[in-house]
Amino acid sequence: MSEPKGRGVAWTPSSPPNPPRGRGTSDEGRQRLKAPRRRASGKIAVTTVLLLFAFFALPELLSLYYIDTMTQVAVYSMVTLALGLLVGRVGLFSLGQAAVLAIGAWAAARLLFATTQPYPLVLLEAGLITMMGGLLIGLPALRLRGLYLALITLMLAGSITVVLATVNFPNGGHGFLGYNGSLLHIPPIRRPSIAASDPAYYRYSMVVAILMFALVLAHIKTRPGRAWAAIRQSEPAALAAGINIWFYKLWAFALASFITGVAGGVLAGAIHYLYSINFPTQDSITLLAVTLMGGVFSLWGAVIAGFLSQFLPALLNNWGVSADWLIILFGLGVLQVLTTAPAGLADQVPRDLARLRRLLGRRLRPRSARGDDAE
Amino acid sequence: MIEVNGLTVRYGGVTSLDAMSLTFEQGTCGLIGPNGAGKTTFFNVLSGFVRPATGTVRAFGVDLLSMAHYRRARWGVRRTFQTEQAIEELSVFDNVAMVHEHSKLGGASRHGDVLDAITFTGLDAAPETPVRALGAGQRRLVEVARAVVGRPRLVLLDEPAAGLPDEETSHLADVIRRIPEHTGALAILVDHDMSLVSACCTTTAVLDFGKLIASGPTAAVLRDEAVIRAYLGVA
Repeated sequence: MSEPKGRGVAWTPSSPPNPPRGRGTSDEGRQRLKAPRRRASGKIAVTTVLLLFAFFALPELLSLYYIDTMTQVAVYSMVTLALGLLVGRVGLFSLGQAAVLAIGAWAAARLLFATTQPYPLVLLEAGLITMMGGLLIGLPALRLRGLYLALITLMLAGSITVVLATVNFPNGGHGFLGYNGSLLHIPPIRRPSIAASDPAYYRYSMVVAILMFALVLAHIKTRPGRAWAAIRQSEPAALAAGINIWFYKLWAFALASFITGVAGGVLAGAIHYLYSINFPTQDSITLLAVTLMGGVFSLWGAVIAGFLSQFLPALLNNWGVSADWLIILFGLGVLQVLTTAPAGLADQVPRDLARLRRLLGRRLRPRSARGDDAE
Repeated sequence: MIEVNGLTVRYGGVTSLDAMSLTFEQGTCGLIGPNGAGKTTFFNVLSGFVRPATGTVRAFGVDLLSMAHYRRARWGVRRTFQTEQAIEELSVFDNVAMVHEHSKLGGASRHGDVLDAITFTGLDAAPETPVRALGAGQRRLVEVARAVVGRPRLVLLDEPAAGLPDEETSHLADVIRRIPEHTGALAILVDHDMSLVSACCTTTAVLDFGKLIASGPTAAVLRDEAVIRAYLGVA
């Protein structure tokens, strides 16, 4: 037998584009290293400015309609963050994330009606409950890969939607399910007392989203991140390094389910009333599409995906255009990503902007300065 | 010290290893043979990727085959691959640290151990360099650094010099030769490059069609008539 091949999934986005290889001298090596460090500090600065702007300035600038939309963007950025983690880091394709989000929302709503626990605690519990559900799904699903895993998770999402349509979301009723169909006055799902207004709740969901992004970052930069990177590139190499592939895949599943569950909890407070029609099975497919478009190798990809899935529809609605057109746009977008930019918009946009800047720089430079370039 | 007894591996109708028995004592040992002789299959059995039909492998007194594959790295089995498998997304440091954190050693010594392993290979790139920026020879050295970190006992090198230019091969030979004294491990080198094998290995075993046809001091083995016949074919 020849070398055990890296047994990838049936379809995996190829890795981010590589710079040309070549045995570099140590001088080149050192020069190469300075650039990433400068870029890293630049990235941190840009991120901080954007976050401060989103946190303090945006609620002042936007109408309530768009503030609510931004809350949704924060929620769905967490969902696409989790999905991007599964797809990009471990190569697991899940088409059931909308259902996982629904489980988180259900658990949070039930806890919020039944108890007076502080909101952060409820979010944590909703995340943990969803994580348990995710693990139950993940255990058998880990035996599968690629298309079959996607199919199984899609069927599962469908069945969860059916179950939710039957048992309904809690609406302040009694019993385990907390649903009472004959209630005349349905109480809204409560929000934390410090974030009762829409702008305050937007800021609250931003903080939760930032915490979730930090949680993923902490994973990626340490032991599990290294293990996931190895598993994604080559399972034999991961095994040879002593990595328990099964355990780390399950860990990724658990983490992704936890984050999606927390997002569900934030969603519950954001929209006050939950119905199973909020979580159509089709959403899971759209979510995977926007996650791929945003880019699964960068955390920015999840933010972009959040905007694609929530901000664009809101914008179109506001303009009086049907958001259904987006399905076509997303279809084209995925096609474009698969063919030209496997690392998604998060990678492509900065790359193309830099190219544009170089091009403009060359055009705008006075002719005399270009003397050398001229033939 | 590794003792292999009656090891047989079959893929369907093909017998890749045929009741192979051999013993490697210490140092860097060569394992050569024509294509399809079963060298990589032997490594895959040791790594746990392939389950043999029959046979036993005792390494330093431990029954290796009864160990789960991912535990073998923790125990001290390391390997490099015929097609190099340095993880592109990670830096040089993270590639090596990944092995260290799944070894028996604690986190306190990790930073130093990882840098030691990288220095040992003489890699001329900074530890923070992402592997995807490295050339083929440098990636091979990253794999070797992964193989020597975290107290290895058995280092399996599967054609580490394949496709490398001569100067890089001679550097690699120098590194491989020093693995046993540096780590205390038994190193097994599979390669088609006879000059590399003679430069690195004191003893060498030869496989042909899954059977051991010769073993002993490298120079003697390379002059052995059965070995020459196996490589050149019977006249």
